[in-house]
Amino acid sequence: MDDIRGMVLLLPGLQLLIDVLRESGWTVRGPTVRDGVVVHAEIESVDQLPAGVGDLQDGASYRLRERGDGAVFGYVVGPQGWKSLLFPSRELLWSGHRTGTEVDVEPADVDAPRLALLGVRSCDLHALEIHDTVLAKRAVPDAAYLSRRENTFIIAVTCSDPGGTCFCVSMGTGPVPDKDFDLTLTELVDQEGHRFLVQPGSDRGEHVLDELMTRAVGDEVLNAARTDRCAAALVGSKAAQRMGRSLDTDGLRDLLYANAEHPRWDDVASRCLACTNCTLVCPTCFCTSVEDVSDLSGTQTERWRVWDSCFTNDFSYLHGGSVRPSVRSRYRQWATHKLASWVDQFGTSGCVGCGRCITWCPAAIDITAEVGAIRSGEG
Amino acid sequence: MLRQAEGRHMLPGGAMVPRLFRLADRRQDTADTFTMMLEPTDGVPLEFIPGQFTMMSAFGIGEVPISVSSPAKVEGPLQHTVRDVGSVTHALARTQIGDVVGIRGPYGTGWDVEDGAGADVVLVAGGIGLAPLRPAMLDVLRHRQRYGRVVLLYGTRTPEDLLFTDELKRWENLGVEVLVTVDYGTPSWTGRVGLVTTLIARAGFDPRSALALVCGPEVMMRFTAMALIKRGLSPDRVRVSLERNMRCGVGLCGHCQYRELFVCLDGPVLPYARVAGLIGVREL
Amino acid sequence: MRTIEQYLPDHPFFAGLDPKAVAVVAACATNVSFKTGEFLFREGQSADQFFVVRRGRVALQVHGPAAGTMVVDTADAGDVVGWSWLVPPYHWLFDARAVEPTGAVSFDGACLRDKCEQDPQLGYELMKLVTHVMFNRLVAARVRLLDLYGTTKSTNPLLSPLLSETVISHPGATDAAPS
Ligand SMILES: Cc1cc2nc3c(=O)[nH]c(=O)nc-3n(C[C@H](O)[C@H](O)[C@H](O)COP(=O)(O)OP(=O)(O)OC[C@H]3O[C@@H](n4cnc5c(N)ncnc54)[C@H](O)[C@@H]3O)c2cc1C
Ligand code: SF4
Ligand code: SF4
Repeated sequence: MDDIRGMVLLLPGLQLLIDVLRESGWTVRGPTVRDGVVVHAEIESVDQLPAGVGDLQDGASYRLRERGDGAVFGYVVGPQGWKSLLFPSRELLWSGHRTGTEVDVEPADVDAPRLALLGVRSCDLHALEIHDTVLAKRAVPDAAYLSRRENTFIIAVTCSDPGGTCFCVSMGTGPVPDKDFDLTLTELVDQEGHRFLVQPGSDRGEHVLDELMTRAVGDEVLNAARTDRCAAALVGSKAAQRMGRSLDTDGLRDLLYANAEHPRWDDVASRCLACTNCTLVCPTCFCTSVEDVSDLSGTQTERWRVWDSCFTNDFSYLHGGSVRPSVRSRYRQWATHKLASWVDQFGTSGCVGCGRCITWCPAAIDITAEVGAIRSGEG
Repeated sequence: MLRQAEGRHMLPGGAMVPRLFRLADRRQDTADTFTMMLEPTDGVPLEFIPGQFTMMSAFGIGEVPISVSSPAKVEGPLQHTVRDVGSVTHALARTQIGDVVGIRGPYGTGWDVEDGAGADVVLVAGGIGLAPLRPAMLDVLRHRQRYGRVVLLYGTRTPEDLLFTDELKRWENLGVEVLVTVDYGTPSWTGRVGLVTTLIARAGFDPRSALALVCGPEVMMRFTAMALIKRGLSPDRVRVSLERNMRCGVGLCGHCQYRELFVCLDGPVLPYARVAGLIGVREL
Repeated sequence: MRTIEQYLPDHPFFAGLDPKAVAVVAACATNVSFKTGEFLFREGQSADQFFVVRRGRVALQVHGPAAGTMVVDTADAGDVVGWSWLVPPYHWLFDARAVEPTGAVSFDGACLRDKCEQDPQLGYELMKLVTHVMFNRLVAARVRLLDLYGTTKSTNPLLSPLLSETVISHPGATDAAPS
C-alpha cells in the first residue's frame, strides 16, 4: 500500500480541497441535509456537510440519527444517486419552428457544467460505470451524457457504516472504491482525531493533491502515516462485514430466466403499487420516453426526453394495448432486467446493491427477498 | 476515460434529431392505410436495407417507428406505408403534399433475403405486415434468377384491407405464387377465406432449404412460424419482425426490451429460433 | 379421369388411411360438380352429405338480418366440407356455395354412418381424420376470433355485428366454426 500516494486531511484540509476545486472551475456537489434526508447540493463549505448525521434504513423506512461523532460521511446513501446530474430527468433534445410548410429543427445545446462529485460511494461509482456502458459506449451514444461525464471530477469515499438495506458486497461493488475515481477519501474518527486519508486515482487527482500540498499553510494537510493507512483499510473491511442485506448471485441469470412463471411474481404483484419509486431512485435505471411540447398555434415545437419507468402501463403500449398490462409482469421485467438480462446486454449485473429500491419502496418490497424466495422455491 | 469517438453521429441532440423529408406524393391504399412518398429536403437519400424502419415525427405530436416500404438501392422517394391507428399516425395521415415530416434512422436489422439465394423464398404477411416485406420482395424480383420458387402468403381481415393489390397481380405475372386469404369475406369475394397459416400447406416450396420471412401481428407470426416448422423449415430459416414500443430506435430508451433483446437493435427482424423461447411467455 | 377409388388415397384428407378402408368408404361416394354460384347445400336442409373438394372453391356462408351475407370460410382442392352429417339432428348450419366451377366427391352421410356403425375400427379411423381437420379449423377459427389485424376502420358495415359477442355466443356458433 505504501506505493500509493496518500495524504491525510483534517477538516480544514477538506475545506481546502473544496476551495482548490472551486478555484479550478469545478462546481462541487456533495451531501447535505434537507427535509430530513441527505441530498446533494452545491457545496462551498464543509459546514454544509452532514456532520454527525447517520441514517437508519430498512424496507420502506429512512430516518436520520445523531451519530455522536463529527463524521461527515457517516450516512450511507440518500434517495438521490448522482444519476440526475449526468442524466437529467428532463432534457431538451431539439426545438423546431414552423413557417408555412417549412420547419427548422435546432438541436439543443448541451449544458455540461464542470462538476466535482464529493462523497461518491463505491456502489454509485459502479452505477456510473454501468451508465457509461449503457449510455455512452454504444453504437449510438447519448451525446449529452458523454459530454457531462467528461466534465466530471470524482471524489469517492469508503463506506464506514453500511445501512440496513445495503448489499454491495454481494454484488461485488463495494464498500471500498476500487477504480474510476480521481480522489478517494476514507474518513477516520478515532483517538487520533477526525481526519480523511485521501488517495489519488488519476493524473487529475494527483495534480489536485500537489496543489493541496503547496497551498497548505498549517497542519491541515499531512503526509499519510502507516497507521493512517492501516486504520483506513480496517474501515473498509469492517464495513464489508456489516451489510444489512445479501443476495446470492450464483447462477442468478439462469434462475430468473427459468422462473418467468414463478408464483412469487403474483405475490409481489399483490403488494406492489406500481408507483415507480424503485426505478426513480435506482442509480442504474436508464429508461426514458420522449414528449413533444408545442405552443397553441403549433409553430413552435420542442421534443424533451424524460425519465420513464417500466412500472407504468404505457411503457410497453402498442396500438390496442400494453405488452405488460399486469403489475406482475412489470415487476418481473424490472427485476429480471436488473439481475439477469442486463448481464446479456451489458456484461454486468444492472444492480449495484445500493439498497435504495428497498428503502424507498412504500410497500417495503425487497428485491433480495423476492429473488431469495424464487431461489428457495417459495410461492 | 470516455471520449467522443470520431465519425459518430454526435450532434448535441445526438441521434435524436430528425432529418427533414417533404411529402412529395401520397396514396390511399385502403380505408385506413396510406403510403407516403418522401423526398429529403437536403437532397441526400436515405440508405437502408429491406426490413429496417425509421422513426417518423409529426411535428408537435410525436414520433413512431414505421418500416420502410420502398425498394432499397433504387432511386426514388422514400416510402412509408402507414396505418392510421392513433395520434401520431393520424397526424401523418393528415399531412399534405409539400408538408415536412421528421425522419431518423434507418434503424434495426433487415430481412437479409439474400440468404435465400439458391433456395425457395416464402414471404408470409398479415395485414399491414406486407409493407415491411415489400422491399424484400422487390429485392428478390430484381435478382429473380438467384432464387428458386417465390411464394407470397398474405392474409388480411377483409378484402378491403388488402394492400398493393395492383402490385400483387404484377408479382404474380413475374412468377410469384401469390396466395391471399381474408378472415371475413363478402359474397362478392371469390378468393379464400381463412387463416393465413392454412396457406402454408398449400404453397409450392421446398421446406428443406426455403427461407421464410414473416411479418404481421405477433400471434399470427407465432402460428405461422409453428406451421412452417411443422412443414419442415428449420427455425433459424424462419425470420419474424417484432413490434415493441420504441422511443429512440437506438437502444437507449429501454422501451423495446424483450428480455435480453433490444428489438430496435437486435431486431426487428430476428430468426424465429432466437425468439421461440420468449414468444410463448405471457406478457414478456 | 380417375375413378373415385383411385383418386381418394391422393386426397390429403384420406392420406394414411388403409386402402381397404378407402375402398369401403368409396362405395358411399359419387362424383359431383357445381357451377359458379350453385349451392352444395343450404342452411337448415338435412345434412346427408360430406364433400371432398377436388377442384374449385366452395364458400361457407352465413347470413343474418343485420350482417347480410358473410363468407366465414372457404374450401379449396384438398379440403373437405361438412360435418353436420355426423351430428344429430343432421341439419346444415351454413350455406355452401361454389364460387368457382367446383368438382367434388360427395359421400352419402347415412351410408358412411352405417359403415362406421358396422365396423367400429373403420369408424374410429375415420373419426380421427375428421377430428384432425376439425381441430385445425377450430384453431384457425379461434385465432381469427382474436381479430389479429386490429380494430378496423373498414367501411364494411357487415363486419361489426358478426364480431360482436352476441353472435359468438350464439348456440349454433360452437358448431359453426368447423362446419
Ligand atoms: C419496428 C416497427 C415497425 C413498424 N412499421 C410500421 C409500418 O410500416 N406501418 C405502420 O402503420 N405501423 C408500423 N408500426 C407500428 C406503428 O409504430 C404504430 O402503429 C404507431 O406507433 C402507433 O402510434 P400512434 O401514435 O398513431 O398510436 P397511439 O395508439 O396513439 O399510440 C400512442 C403511442 O404508443 C406507441 N405505440 C403505439 N402502438 C405502437 C406500436 N404498434 N409499435 C410501437 N409503438 C407503438 C407510440 O409511441 C405511440 O405514439 C411499426 C412498429 C414497429 C415497432
Ligand atoms: S436495483 Fe435497487 S439495490 Fe440494485 S442498484 Fe437499483 S436501487 Fe440499488
Ligand atoms: S416495487 Fe415498490 S417502489 Fe417499485 S413500483 Fe412497486 S411499490 Fe413502487
